[in-house]
Amino acid sequence: MAKIRGSIVIDIERCKGCEICMVTCPTGTIKMAGQVNHKGYFYAWPANPELCIGCANCAVVCPDGVITVYKTKI
Amino acid sequence: MERELRLMKGNEAVAEAAIRAGTDGYFGYPITPQSEIVEYLMEANPAETTGMVVLQAESEIAAINMVYGGAGCGKKVMTTSSSPGISLMQEGITYIAGAELPCLIVNIVRGGPGLGTIQPAQSDYFQAVKGGGHGDYHLIVLAPASVQEMADFVELGFELAFRYRNPVMMLSDGALGQMMEKVYLNPQKERSGISPDWATTGKPPGRERNIITSLELDSAKQELFNLKLIEKYNEIREKEVRFEEYQCEDAEYLFVAYGTSARICQKSVQLARNEGIRAGLLRPVTLFPFPEKQISRLAEKVKIILSVEMSAGQMIEDVILAVGGKVPVFHFGRMGGMVQTPEEVLDFLKLKIKEA
Amino acid sequence: MAEVTGIKDYIRPENLVYSKTRLMTDNVLHYCPGCGHSTAHRILAEIIDEEGLQQDAIGISPVGCSVFLYNYIDIDWQEAAHGRAPALATAIKRLCPDKFVFTYQGDGDLAAIGTSETIHSCNRGENFLIIFINNGIYGMTGGQMAPTTIPGMKSSTSPYGRDTVRMGFPLKITDIVATLPGTYYVSRQSVHTALNVRRAKRALKKAVQYQSLNRGTCFVEIVSNCPAGWKMTPVEANKWLEENMLPYYPLGDLKVPQPEKDLNPGSTD
Repeated sequence: MAKIRGSIVIDIERCKGCEICMVTCPTGTIKMAGQVNHKGYFYAWPANPELCIGCANCAVVCPDGVITVYKTKI
Repeated sequence: MERELRLMKGNEAVAEAAIRAGTDGYFGYPITPQSEIVEYLMEANPAETTGMVVLQAESEIAAINMVYGGAGCGKKVMTTSSSPGISLMQEGITYIAGAELPCLIVNIVRGGPGLGTIQPAQSDYFQAVKGGGHGDYHLIVLAPASVQEMADFVELGFELAFRYRNPVMMLSDGALGQMMEKVYLNPQKERSGISPDWATTGKPPGRERNIITSLELDSAKQELFNLKLIEKYNEIREKEVRFEEYQCEDAEYLFVAYGTSARICQKSVQLARNEGIRAGLLRPVTLFPFPEKQISRLAEKVKIILSVEMSAGQMIEDVILAVGGKVPVFHFGRMGGMVQTPEEVLDFLKLKIKEA
Repeated sequence: MAEVTGIKDYIRPENLVYSKTRLMTDNVLHYCPGCGHSTAHRILAEIIDEEGLQQDAIGISPVGCSVFLYNYIDIDWQEAAHGRAPALATAIKRLCPDKFVFTYQGDGDLAAIGTSETIHSCNRGENFLIIFINNGIYGMTGGQMAPTTIPGMKSSTSPYGRDTVRMGFPLKITDIVATLPGTYYVSRQSVHTALNVRRAKRALKKAVQYQSLNRGTCFVEIVSNCPAGWKMTPVEANKWLEENMLPYYPLGDLKVPQPEKDLNPGSTD
């Protein structure tokens, strides 16, 4: 059976570290980084990229529109 | 150009002239003594002929902000009101000046302060000429003295407003608004249908988005904008001063008066000359820019200047500045809706001559 | 652009399912982290783009946090005095009847100082769209009580919580405008979860499409958060919104077009 796999790209310099994407992600793909971007925010990053299913919930709730989402069947 | 002759109230003349000038939109709110303007427009129903939008707003505040919106689209838009209503509009007017939008605002002045009276007055001079709202800005202020000028200044007002991207105020009064005179009306002009390039008309591909705003949080940029406005006002001072002289050539005594008071003073000049007193009249037609050079020049040769206005003395401050201490300047005028007679004006002049 | 990416193999143009709309400019949004304004801006920009309205849109931004909206969506804009956006929109739409005209206003702007303009333009049935962001607080001026601050809610001018005896009740202005004959479509939505963002976008899109019918005012309230003003983290704020704001401001359509008025029913879902 084909599996749905996804991948996200996060523009970390525009991320404000609000964490909403992290709590929205149904698979635990996203975590907050242990380091800050140039604005001083702990930015979001795909800590567990293999868990991503490309549902785009993170991108849809991201206030700053910093997440781009890709999805494919393998 | 064939002009049509009619007998009309000043208020009606403004309304008819607005239609004929190809005005795109009128937004107003009833208030005495100018309600005939919106009534006339509603009855004339220009939506059916020229396509002009006429709307009775829910308040003067809404009306002036409708003017802002329409002007932001580059349309020829106007409003009219009387003193208390114009006070309500001040916020909108300063935003319009700050966003550099062209529009015409007509004030059919009544006596104040507060609810005051519905009778004519000239006590909104400071508000019209010195700003009215907050911030450093000027309106171009036109002061008609006849029903004819109330009609003519609609077109002139729009012309100046668009030339300088600046709000123009026609500062009339309840007497001019309510009186009937013959008036020659221009033929109907087409509405232009073309908006200037700065207007918000929907962003076509290949042009930057247009933004109409008066906001700038960077104070260095705001200062540059203020300097640009000053430059514009100086150009207006240089090019747009309008005035009329009446028997000033040999005058020893000078009346400075605008609007209704100027008409009264014209008679006072005649009465004075009948008695051998050589009086003259300078009538500012534009109150901003003020004809300061002309008054200064006349101050070289007259002995006394009277600033005659239906107020407690407002324009007199600009007259004093223009005269620069060369001769004594006195205020005379009735207020609270009372109108001075030509005889009262002459009596006051004679008193001052005697005291001198 | 500094980026972090998931599994690179999947990142191919044909796999793209979501990216920022081109109508959002590259200006960095000035809002605080987690602010619902940003999300609302984004779905609005997406809809204008998807509906092909960039050339026809004239937006009016308010006074309040969203005053700089004109920096973010690439269309023509006018910035109104506090509360007066519907007056501007009235004239713009009447003078440019072929354009898509909308206002975007916060609760102080729309439901306090601009109540008169809001109600009268809706009552006249002006053919523009009002987007109303209700976060129950004055964000830009630093967290003062708004007309929509809910009972007991703290703000800098109701520091012990909104006391309805002394401070009055929150104004449910969306419910009011829904009763006016001039409104065509009235809906209340939120953007605090992915599901709600999707629903809000659907409602807003419907409103944008209805607008082209010129059948009256469309009005979409978006119940939103203000993490900074509410003194919460964004995640806490969204939870608080769900537990406290939504019972007071329940989501859903308050007024849908009457069947005989609806030229194209069901086409927008």
